[in-house]
Amino acid sequence: MPELLSVRNLKIEATSYPPGEPPKRITIVDGVSFDLQKGKVLGLIGESGAGKSTIGLSALAYGRGGAEITGGEVSLNGTNILALGKAGIRKVRGAQVCYVAQSAAAAFNPAHRLGDQVIEASVKHGLMSKDEARKRALYLFRVLGLPHPETFGDRFPHQVSGGQLQRAMTAMALCPNPELIVFDEPTTALDVTTQIDVLAAIKHAIEETDTAALYITHDLAVVAQISDDIMVLRYGKTVEYGSVQQIIEAPTQDYTRALVNVRQTARQEAPDQSQALLRVDNVSAQYSNGFKVLHGVSLHLCKGQTLAIVGESGSGKSTLARVITGLLPPSDGRITFEDKPLTPALKSRSRDELRRIQLIYQMADTAMNPRQTVRDIIGRPLTFYYGLRGAAKTARVKELLEQIEMSNGFIDRYPAELSGGQKQRVAIARALAAKPELILCDEPTSALDPLVAEGILKLLMKLQTESQLSYIFITHDIAIVRAIADSVAVMHRGRLVRFGPKSRALSPPFDDYTDLLLKSVPEMEIGWLERVLSTRRMASAGN
Amino acid sequence: MRLREIPITAWVGILGIALACFCAAFAPLIAPYGETEVVGGVWQEADAQFFFGLDNLGRDILSRLIYGARTTLSVALAATVISFSLGILLSFIAAVSGGLIDTVFSRFNDLMMSIPTLIFALVVLAVLPQHLIVLILVMAVLDSTRVYRLGRAVALDVAVMEFVEAARLRGEGTTWIIFREILPNTLSPLLAEFGLRFAFSILFLSTLSFLGLGIQPPAADWGGMVKDNKDGIIFGISAALVPGTAIAALAICVNLVVDWLLKRTSSLKGGRGDA
Amino acid sequence: MSNPTETESLPRQRFQERFPLLALVIERILLSLLLLVAVSMLIFGGVEALPGDFATTYLGQSATPQAVANIRAELGLDRPVVTRYFEWLAGAVQGDFGTSWASKNSVSEQVGNRLGNSLFLAGFAAVISVPLAVGLGMLSVHFRNRMPDKIINVISLAAISLPEFFIGYLLILYFAVNFGIATFPATVYEGMGFIERLKAIALPTATLVLVVLAHMMRMTRAAILSVMSSAYMETAELKGLSAFRAIVKHAAPNALAPIINVVALNLAYLVVGVVVVEVVFVYPGMGQYMVDAVTVRDMPVVQACGLIFAAVYIFLNMLADILAIIANPRLRHPR
Repeated sequence: MPELLSVRNLKIEATSYPPGEPPKRITIVDGVSFDLQKGKVLGLIGESGAGKSTIGLSALAYGRGGAEITGGEVSLNGTNILALGKAGIRKVRGAQVCYVAQSAAAAFNPAHRLGDQVIEASVKHGLMSKDEARKRALYLFRVLGLPHPETFGDRFPHQVSGGQLQRAMTAMALCPNPELIVFDEPTTALDVTTQIDVLAAIKHAIEETDTAALYITHDLAVVAQISDDIMVLRYGKTVEYGSVQQIIEAPTQDYTRALVNVRQTARQEAPDQSQALLRVDNVSAQYSNGFKVLHGVSLHLCKGQTLAIVGESGSGKSTLARVITGLLPPSDGRITFEDKPLTPALKSRSRDELRRIQLIYQMADTAMNPRQTVRDIIGRPLTFYYGLRGAAKTARVKELLEQIEMSNGFIDRYPAELSGGQKQRVAIARALAAKPELILCDEPTSALDPLVAEGILKLLMKLQTESQLSYIFITHDIAIVRAIADSVAVMHRGRLVRFGPKSRALSPPFDDYTDLLLKSVPEMEIGWLERVLSTRRMASAGN
Repeated sequence: MRLREIPITAWVGILGIALACFCAAFAPLIAPYGETEVVGGVWQEADAQFFFGLDNLGRDILSRLIYGARTTLSVALAATVISFSLGILLSFIAAVSGGLIDTVFSRFNDLMMSIPTLIFALVVLAVLPQHLIVLILVMAVLDSTRVYRLGRAVALDVAVMEFVEAARLRGEGTTWIIFREILPNTLSPLLAEFGLRFAFSILFLSTLSFLGLGIQPPAADWGGMVKDNKDGIIFGISAALVPGTAIAALAICVNLVVDWLLKRTSSLKGGRGDA
Repeated sequence: MSNPTETESLPRQRFQERFPLLALVIERILLSLLLLVAVSMLIFGGVEALPGDFATTYLGQSATPQAVANIRAELGLDRPVVTRYFEWLAGAVQGDFGTSWASKNSVSEQVGNRLGNSLFLAGFAAVISVPLAVGLGMLSVHFRNRMPDKIINVISLAAISLPEFFIGYLLILYFAVNFGIATFPATVYEGMGFIERLKAIALPTATLVLVVLAHMMRMTRAAILSVMSSAYMETAELKGLSAFRAIVKHAAPNALAPIINVVALNLAYLVVGVVVVEVVFVYPGMGQYMVDAVTVRDMPVVQACGLIFAAVYIFLNMLADILAIIANPRLRHPR
């Protein structure tokens, strides 16, 4: 059977302009080859910077942001599309090969109705008449499970939700009956409970229309549900390339194995959970415009333990952290810390109260002043809380660097000179410098690649045993909860729906929302998606 | 920063500004004649002795140009420094405090900005006594509204960053947050804005002097020199264009440097994104 | 979006929910009116609060106290400020700005003629500069980072650095004096033919166009560039659309609002630019009237001109805001 897409020895380069240095030529993709047959799905997986999106776009002979395809061949049905020239490639794009972007919200034109944008390529390429295209769009809206498919196309992009936009973008890609679609992290920006629906819709639609796809993601568990083959990429090179079965069940490379086995660990929960360090009693909170974001939340955390707060975006989990830190004083209820009431507003808190509760942010990038060195960043709390200066301060900073497993050589570096994982470690050291009793961790690993994230989690666990720290760990990732928590709180739309020791919180009987949440988390297992969908169908048939 | 990276246009700008500063600093030493000294006939043609010719009272234009650099540069610079300090201070306080202070400051600033600068200056100068200090203060206060707007936007950009929140959570005071956390991260755009305001001050001062409301005769200043010699134009005497050219050249030089600074700022921003 | 637990929504909120666009536009208009009232207070009150006594200025330094008292009574300066402000404002709303101290003529009469002249000059300059600036801006984007763009960039950078009077005198020296193909001074009078009028204002118009063109062009270029670099333009390219269709269908509708904004802002700038240009060309407009009044400290005229200039400026800015609101699809098609 002839190959639909055949990529040989692909090389992609770009020019980068580092500030204060002469421009530099960098290689983004080097020597990548693969084949894709009609109707099949190839998953491209890798960390950020692995070159996976760049490879995906090469199937449309497109280089984003100055990336140039400088070597190799990309053949579609036997024709090298890199040699087609401007007019030739235009006939391929939007007709034979279509693209689904990560952020559909930005990729749709805000000035036009969704329906017009969905059918535009089909009509402009002369593939079908306007009426035919509209009929096909309607059919696709139905297949993708969009609400009110008859009128969906009349809406503007800002009038529908993120999950619906992502499905609309899939419809836009499928409309001209292309042979190949490039999906570029189509579910990454979505919540897990939405992700599963979109994933199922995409899978159903490409099977139904027999379209081939390149599916780009950083989540191996997601790609295992949808692909026939998988290619693992790192630093622009192929690490491993094989069938889904082989990659998931019998990986040959260490890197792949690490990706497959990431976060398989589970921590034994602490048996005694009666001695509360922090107690949140019936706390409500609202923004200054009167919008209520927390409704009567009560929970507690014991000394030396970890409480995981789980929820999707808008669940109020980060707001709860802001309330505890005093950034947003509660409108109702009270918080006690070591059996003493905690001053509600940040401004009125004493220096010692502030010192005892520290916060670690999701984005270490923005959490550190780019104009301060590691010495200043870690040293400031030492000066501020303990009055350390000069040699004493430097000695303590070096001690802290050792604790976070970084060498002394980093002491005079700026944040921009550190990797993502290193930045997060420095942020942890800054929190440690205050010698706090409680550290609030607001999704500290969700912006990191899985292996780096694992390292951070291990570090946090080590520090906990060393210094009897207590953590409140805010996350949307159930796997992390299993790995680190002693107790679990599940939040949904500003309310606490479940709270208790981990063993109890994560075992049945479940409330509806926790059940949905737990079942939506992709598992590293082939056929997981089908299994979940069929149990769902059975459940709805049972109703 | 390496000297070689500075583009040629920026070099032209830097040299131009340096020349003007040199003239201003050493005016009595370089100028061939006195500032108000009458050395010949009215609007005498340029020759070897008088490089740019003589003006409407028979004073040497070159000498007055050199002395004028002194007045124009120092007044414009003083006005810019004051307007900048005032605008940045108020805007940073507003951005960091937020709430009522921010609202009051910003609404008042909107009000000030809803009257065109020149018109506002005309109204105010019609009432106030003619005095150099008054002139500088009026220019500074009016211009600080523009600085305030930019300063607030830039500071807010930085103030919502999590490292500022982290400093607040640590318990740092407003002074630390403004000077240690926000200011170092806003220097680049603010430097460019300073240049922009300086160029505007030169033009604004010249315009006021040209309208007879700026620096008062007989002190030499470039805008005033245009006014003095404007009647010659109808007779084909280009004496008024010499100081006009000087104003334009200085403003262009400042803008060339600003343009480079702005480009550098934006490329720095781009560099941070893909780190 | 309604929350059943909240109290019954107010009529105003209901109106905002049903007609968000109209509500915003009305809000902008009311805000501008409020601003105008505040500006009138600032112009009147500011003048009162600042040091310097008009009566003394009016009579000169050598005036006897008796003469000063007389003149204060004559001009009505001895009455309370608030009373005088409301009288002034009431008059201004009806188009009566009192009498000039210097000429004893009615200010409104003078303003009436001159405002028309100024608007004619500014309007004519706008008609020429707007299409030119938008066109050059597009050209500059089309040749982005190539030679024509760089040349346009350097020239426009130089142009924004030139003072209006310098451009004006340069044009006069060459076109009126040396070549004799244009007239100076730019005298216009009542009953003058339209063509004659255009001839008279050719040079001042050219000056204004040069002054405002560079600004407008640079801002247009920036506005278009930000649209061109958005993700939906990439989508259009990956759909295989032609460059022409991508620009007309996808870039233009989104670039319209920022460009309208740029144009309106520059028209406001034009209104101010008129002041200096009128002085240079001895053109009988508002600007010249105001500058003359300022030199002799003729306060009723200064206040009237200040208020009118501010009103035109506020109106144009309001227009920019409203057009931007209308051009925003999110507001035109609420959820």
